[in-house]
Amino acid sequence: MAHAPGTPTASSAARTASTDMVVMTDVQKHFGEHHVLKDVSLSIAPQEVVVVVGPSGSGKSTLCRCINRLETITSGDIRIDGVTLPQEGKALAQLRADVGMVFQSFNLFAHRTILENVTLAPIKVRGEKKKDAEKHGLELLDRVGIADKADSFPAQLSGGQQQRAAIARALAMRPKVMLFDEPTSALDPEMVTEVLDVMVSLAKEGMTMVVVTHEMGFARRAADRVVFMDDGRIVEQNTPAEFFDHPESERARAFLSKILTH
Amino acid sequence: MDIFVDSAGPLLAALGTTVVMAVVAGIGSLIVGTLIAAARISPIPVLRGAAFAYVQFFVNVPLLVLLILAVFALPDAGILMPLAPTTVVVLTLYEAAYVAEAIRSGVNTVGNGQIEASRALGFTLGQTLSLVVLPQSLRAAVQPIGNVMIALTMNTALAAAVGVVELTSAANKLNLVEAQPILIFTAAGLVYMLLALIIGLSAGRIERKVAIVR
Ligand SMILES: Nc1ncnc2c1ncn2[C@@H]1O[C@H](COP(=O)(O)OP(=O)(O)OP(=O)(O)O)[C@@H](O)[C@H]1O
Ligand SMILES: [Mg+2]
Repeated sequence: MAHAPGTPTASSAARTASTDMVVMTDVQKHFGEHHVLKDVSLSIAPQEVVVVVGPSGSGKSTLCRCINRLETITSGDIRIDGVTLPQEGKALAQLRADVGMVFQSFNLFAHRTILENVTLAPIKVRGEKKKDAEKHGLELLDRVGIADKADSFPAQLSGGQQQRAAIARALAMRPKVMLFDEPTSALDPEMVTEVLDVMVSLAKEGMTMVVVTHEMGFARRAADRVVFMDDGRIVEQNTPAEFFDHPESERARAFLSKILTH
Repeated sequence: MDIFVDSAGPLLAALGTTVVMAVVAGIGSLIVGTLIAAARISPIPVLRGAAFAYVQFFVNVPLLVLLILAVFALPDAGILMPLAPTTVVVLTLYEAAYVAEAIRSGVNTVGNGQIEASRALGFTLGQTLSLVVLPQSLRAAVQPIGNVMIALTMNTALAAAVGVVELTSAANKLNLVEAQPILIFTAAGLVYMLLALIIGLSAGRIERKVAIVR
């Protein structure tokens, strides 16, 4: 939150490349013939919280997934903390370990307890001692408010609790950046707040975050910058207040009028 | 019943051969089948193709043909092995194809989301398979694998055709002397049923133990 948003254009990438946490430069992504990300350039400063909005199919998830290379890009360059994403193998795995990701569908490991879900990667990927990983894991579970569920299995938790566990699992790796792809879309309405509250507190503590969400309340409360995507392009980006109250493009106005009347 | 008591020694030895073949081939096929399944779902095309070809080959050639081939062709190729071990090797490789398919059906119960989550956490492919995919697949595959193990036990009877003295072969020999086919083969059948029952019940127990809370 400490960071003031950059200029509301996509071209700030090159200028701030040296210090930014995530730098996407001229990224193109195709699925076969389908051009899904078009000339995407985006820089995210340390501790900045960027909310990505846009109509369905505009490429928000793909943008997120390209940042930790769950999807490979056709061309362009993506850097995390100054390092270009490695192609494959161990180096890529190490880099992914630094980028936390939270999915719409939680994706907890069904055969492991909640605490094991949180400690597995620190132990196996980071080589942490089991005892240390468990201590840190319990702290994180406590922090997201589900310490009492440490020994439960994912299926025994509500959706909101599962998503908070998934956030704790990502945090256990002490990531440099956290990616959220519609983290509350699969939740019953009464559970949305408990997850958003955790995310707001993360943002307040200075986590660098990329959040795809339709929760405009969250964007207003926690975002430094809103990025609006349409048809694979970043059409417009601005502070939440400016974006919601004075959208510049016709497409953003159309999008906002649609979601605000819901 | 006297006929069984009189030849109890050879019959028990033959039953022992059947059980040992089933157990060794069972363990072997679990190991080989797991490796084949891992290759089958790996992202490396060559491995995937090889595993696919393996499964297709063994599923589409009758076990008896394989046994006869191994027994007659291997010595020609200079590989000399006693009959029982040859049979065990063939059984292992053959049933491994079915084990691999059973595990693969279990893999489909592991959501793609969990695989993505483990990649996103920085697990290597090997870690994703061994820590996330296979443990869950194996649990979901316990019952199907139990059925493969039962089929494997029944299939040990084919060893009789290539001269291994196991239960069916021993029963046959006894019948040549006693000429009581209905009695003798009914008894042999009951013993096979008992073995199948033991395997089935064990699979059920294991499944209840390792079941994933869903
Ligand atoms: N694996 C894939 N293979 C082929 N096409 C894909 C794949 N994933 C996404 N797409 C296509 O890429 C485009 C962008 O998809 P993406 O999921 O990034 O959109 P989104 O903005 O996240 O949409 P939503 O709000 O519905 O989640 C869509 O047209 C989609 O059909
Ligand atoms: Mg999406």
